[in-house]
Amino acid sequence: MSKAAQLAALIGSGQAQGNRNLVINGAMQVAQRGTSAVTIADAAQYRVDRFNAYDNTSGAFTYEQSTTTPSGEGFINSTKLTVTSADTSIAAGEYAYCAQYIEGTNFSQCGFGNSGAKSVTLSFFVRSSATGTYCVTLANSASNRSFVSEYTISSANTWEKKTITVAGDTTGTWLTTTGIGLKVFFCLAVGSTYQQSAGSWGTTSFAFGSSNQTNWLGTNGNTLYITGVQMEIGDVATPFEHEDVGTTLAKCQRYFQTILNATPLYNYRQTGNSVAETFTYINEMRATPSFTLTRNSTIFGSVNTGAGTDGLGIYGASTTATALFVYQSSTDASAAVTATVIGEAEL
Amino acid sequence: MITQAKWIKQYDENYVPVGDNTGIKATIGGTEMSIPLDPANRHYAEILRQVAAGTLTIEDAD
Repeated sequence: MSKAAQLAALIGSGQAQGNRNLVINGAMQVAQRGTSAVTIADAAQYRVDRFNAYDNTSGAFTYEQSTTTPSGEGFINSTKLTVTSADTSIAAGEYAYCAQYIEGTNFSQCGFGNSGAKSVTLSFFVRSSATGTYCVTLANSASNRSFVSEYTISSANTWEKKTITVAGDTTGTWLTTTGIGLKVFFCLAVGSTYQQSAGSWGTTSFAFGSSNQTNWLGTNGNTLYITGVQMEIGDVATPFEHEDVGTTLAKCQRYFQTILNATPLYNYRQTGNSVAETFTYINEMRATPSFTLTRNSTIFGSVNTGAGTDGLGIYGASTTATALFVYQSSTDASAAVTATVIGEAEL
Repeated sequence: MITQAKWIKQYDENYVPVGDNTGIKATIGGTEMSIPLDPANRHYAEILRQVAAGTLTIEDAD
């Protein structure tokens, strides 16, 4: 194919256009929850925005944002995972992964579940102290359609770029709603119950990798870094699409945002009625969020700390706004507090 | 991991519960959160799953 034909094909595929990365925060730049290491357990946890980690093995690892990056690629950050307690023998039902779930409304353009399903190409930079075969698995929301791909980490503690192309799945149920459109799992260890052969679409319930997956948790101190994660439509991996951090942050805030940050709230009682304050979110959230409420301080007045969550309560939440009550312990008093409200609507 | 769940009601000005349940106060991964009654919310979906599996009981509101 001539260069002109290649260019025409690239333009026709949409890959030459911007905003082609289906993965949010692939450069690992946004970490609203903090950057320091947290220990991962038997519940999906987030550190770098949009990337969760999970571990139900008898080992343990930590998850943090790192500044170690591949040279000359323009990255500032990566995700860093570190084994803090080894599990040398992965049992059948054990597995561990780092993953991003892509919303159905964004993934619908790939047409999975239909005859016109498009191929997708995943590219990423990875570095690990443990060489060997690793797996990336794509799955639908119900995790009853999965495609396991194997890749090799050849050199210890060396950044390597990996590219994986997967033909679109023409069957199965793939959500095009605000639910999960596609799960992208970076497997760290997987027991036999959740293994599936690599290279084709399968129906193993909750497959995370193949039997060739390296047991990354097998040695205490093992590390694994990932950055530059990009998924695009087509068979070609184009260079990573760096975007301005404000755009990435706004995308992340659809799923997690700090609505109030130690913000003063002045709450006045009027003829026996409490007054709640209504807050509009920074960006509309994917779904009505869960809230973490913190009363940072009481400026004046009497707060009924036994009511709600330390005197605070949510009312009338939606995907765009909520009202926050400050419960008072006196019927004719006013109160002022500072409060932090975090909203979480991850997939 | 969800370790505790309790219904939240709407309260009047004297913190007396009135009306229907409006949410769930739950401890998730060691953090206390207010969960909306929205099936699209992953925490509410997980609570429903655990209740159906018999591994979690939602306590009455205060």
